Amino acid sequence: MHQRFLIAGLGALALAACANTTNTKSASSTPPVAINKDPYPSTYRPYPGRPMALVGATVFDGTGKRIENATVLLRDGKIAGVGGAELATAGYDRVDASGKFVTPGIIDIHSHLGVYPSPSIQAHSDGNEATDPTTPEVWAEHSIWPQDPGFTRALANGGVTSLMILPGSANLMGGRTVTLKNVPARTVQGMKFPGAPYGMKMACGENPKRVYGGKGRMPSTRMGNFAVNRQTWLDAKADDGKKRNLATETLKGVLAGDILVHNHCYRADEMALVIDMAKEMGYKVSTFHHAVESYKIGDLLRENGICSAIWADWYGFKMESYDGIPENAALLSREGACVVIHSDDENGIQRLNQEASKAAAAGRRMGLTIPEETVISWITLNPAKAMGIDKLTGSLETGKMADVVLWNGNPLSVYSRPEKVWIDGALLFDSSNPRLRPVTDFELGQPGVGDVK
Amino acid sequence: MSALSRKRLSALGALGIALGLAGAFTGYRANAQDIAITNATVATGDGSEPIQGATVVVRGGRIIAAGPGVPVPAGVQVVDGTGKWVTPGLFAALTGLGLSDADGIDESDDQSARGSPFGAALDVSPALNPLSQHVQVARGGGITRASVATRPAGSIFGGQGAIVDLGADPRMVVRPRAFQLVDLGETGARIAGGSRVAAHALLRNALREARQFGNEGRLTARGRNGEMETGDDIPVDLRLVDNPAERGEDVLLTRFDAAALVPVVNGTQALYVAVERAADIRAVLALKNEFPRLRLVLVGASEGWSAARDIAAAGVPVIAQAMNDLPSSFEQLAATQSNVGRMVRAGVKVAIGGLAGTTGDQPKNLAQFAGNMVALTKVPGATGLSWGEAFAAISSIPAEISGQGGRAGVLKTGAAGDLVLWDGDPLELTSAPERVFIDGVEQPRNDHQTGLRDRYRDLDERDLPKAYDR
Repeated sequence: MHQRFLIAGLGALALAACANTTNTKSASSTPPVAINKDPYPSTYRPYPGRPMALVGATVFDGTGKRIENATVLLRDGKIAGVGGAELATAGYDRVDASGKFVTPGIIDIHSHLGVYPSPSIQAHSDGNEATDPTTPEVWAEHSIWPQDPGFTRALANGGVTSLMILPGSANLMGGRTVTLKNVPARTVQGMKFPGAPYGMKMACGENPKRVYGGKGRMPSTRMGNFAVNRQTWLDAKADDGKKRNLATETLKGVLAGDILVHNHCYRADEMALVIDMAKEMGYKVSTFHHAVESYKIGDLLRENGICSAIWADWYGFKMESYDGIPENAALLSREGACVVIHSDDENGIQRLNQEASKAAAAGRRMGLTIPEETVISWITLNPAKAMGIDKLTGSLETGKMADVVLWNGNPLSVYSRPEKVWIDGALLFDSSNPRLRPVTDFELGQPGVGDVK
Repeated sequence: MSALSRKRLSALGALGIALGLAGAFTGYRANAQDIAITNATVATGDGSEPIQGATVVVRGGRIIAAGPGVPVPAGVQVVDGTGKWVTPGLFAALTGLGLSDADGIDESDDQSARGSPFGAALDVSPALNPLSQHVQVARGGGITRASVATRPAGSIFGGQGAIVDLGADPRMVVRPRAFQLVDLGETGARIAGGSRVAAHALLRNALREARQFGNEGRLTARGRNGEMETGDDIPVDLRLVDNPAERGEDVLLTRFDAAALVPVVNGTQALYVAVERAADIRAVLALKNEFPRLRLVLVGASEGWSAARDIAAAGVPVIAQAMNDLPSSFEQLAATQSNVGRMVRAGVKVAIGGLAGTTGDQPKNLAQFAGNMVALTKVPGATGLSWGEAFAAISSIPAEISGQGGRAGVLKTGAAGDLVLWDGDPLELTSAPERVFIDGVEQPRNDHQTGLRDRYRDLDERDLPKAYDR
């Protein structure tokens, strides 16, 4: 009950904050129409959990700290304490975690689970509203199928506790993203991360110009991409708000700083142009996604405070990814720029820890040694920051959500897997308990139902 | 093999010629090094567990010996392998290596041919480019040999795949036309006209036409086969080289496609069949009743574990992608990462392969996939592989399935001198090859990626632009 109250309070607070910024910039004498900025509110409530003490593990806390022989306390859905063996555990169920590792729940900043669910049949292709190059009016949450089995694999094999679902990259402005708790639910509202800001997906380069050039309409070139983007921003700024317009509401949310921009962009030169466009129009880019060439402009990205959400080693699957190198993350880290390892893939999301490890190893081979505890931040606190939820989750710090993974070995080893996963203090996966292995509606009564997967 | 023996006999006493033939057979290169790596952790690839403090000797482009207490012959360069691992080169089964520069660049991508009038007759060999960046990246990841195929697109048949080595030299093909590939799952069904029923009818008709063409087609004398490259090439049907042969009027296949399927139907060329669903797997195994000489290999087989006993009883090997655990399609509902382990426990010969992309499924990630099979041994309820089994699934077993048993993917006397010296456990994410040898020749380690890495080691442009930094 206590937890429920807390979360409900938080939701109301977020709503109030939104209400304060509603169209205050309108100079018109006619008052603008009122907008409910949270019309599909989160109904997620943490499941019950027992006070737990994870004792004796090596902790990578997500902030870049490593603690040996650590004690991690979970109570009432929150982290109640992180420290050494001296921490008192009276009143907690003790889990002997010696020889094991504890990290914050893994966070994927780039997923299409639910909008491109399994089975990936035509009827499930809900990620790209590829009928117009700018669709800031569409919201990813309206496409999500909560029964996508991919969510359960990400939990069991990847220890993923939070994730952002984005529209695809066919459009220059693909629509709103949504951040979820990786908790099975009957509705998407039951998965929505309480208090997470919205994002807007944008896309550079080859995809929009190919999709719309192929339809014989603008944009068919990179310069066309920019022209359409700039005009769309200008039109949104000129909108007087007298009549509701979903596209404009999203764009104005970005301009007001309430909605974070997540921009799919591969090439360094193109990212530099986007940075200038953002300054020209008055918004900020949170993160460049798929930024395979970030290593060429680590200085620029650091100066502008923009994260790069990248794969460890994907390259050469199209022209704009031709210069991808495995050292990208390490080189960015060396420049002091923000690194996030993302999946963009229903398989890759099951091993973000492994991808982060490969990226770090590539750096080590060129003489850039990055501590393991820093590498873990690439898949925990850094994505949380880029998604605007770092005050709530992403690290093992007292008062934060008890989103925690107990690994059966070092998470940066190929031989390790999640043993237990807690979300808001509730044990939602336990590898040794088949009852704590979620099964989607889709898989019931099918071959292999309830298998280890 | 028999062709080579005959030539050897005829050349008896003519040492130079015999050496030349042996060279062609093993891929011996003039610049092969004689080298011994001592005191390393050695994994031979045969399924056994790694041996510490062992030695591997390569001479004349071949493995001479591998194991503990192996003496180093005089005149052989010695490399201290203390703290390192030595393995055979990895064998990547079913890739597109050498067929594209980047998957999404249509202009340079030869991995499928939707618009071709041919299917089974397609032969990857003349299109292979050993200088493709993907070949170089894979080699840097410790892969020394691979099988290469084109994906079925315009026909249910992908065409004839080749066995290749990834050496930095112009000769990539080890064995052309080593196998035929056909898709009998959802993809094949769509290509065939819309159903599995149609795909099976197409396949049966094609094999019958090929059988008839093989029996009755009139051979003429004008066609001439090219030189034997590897000693055991599948001879090209002369009708493929030149000249028409009489055929009945009620035929679907082009003459070219029919001739290409003759070695499939008579069992001289393996038929790789891509299927995922348990029911489809059983339908494929049943093909042997109608075409008893087929040499089947299952590709994909995500639900193989639930038909494992039947697959084992049929003696059909499998090339599995290994990490599929989602119902990505209705033919993969029962997919699980335990698929490979369960099939192996049932007695099926399973290679991890089919990593034909440049994303998570790039061939370089073979070792990561194998490592994950080992990880499963610690997961309650899952079935994984021992380290030795997992390593064999990316070395000796794919080599055996590809007809290269004992010659590749294994540190065994007489095998190709393909060696990888690793800086740690090769299945671990943090490890990478330090040196790679193919047929005893040390391979270069610089490619497009390393060039970019070195240029952008810093962002210093005070004196000159980055374009001058190399």
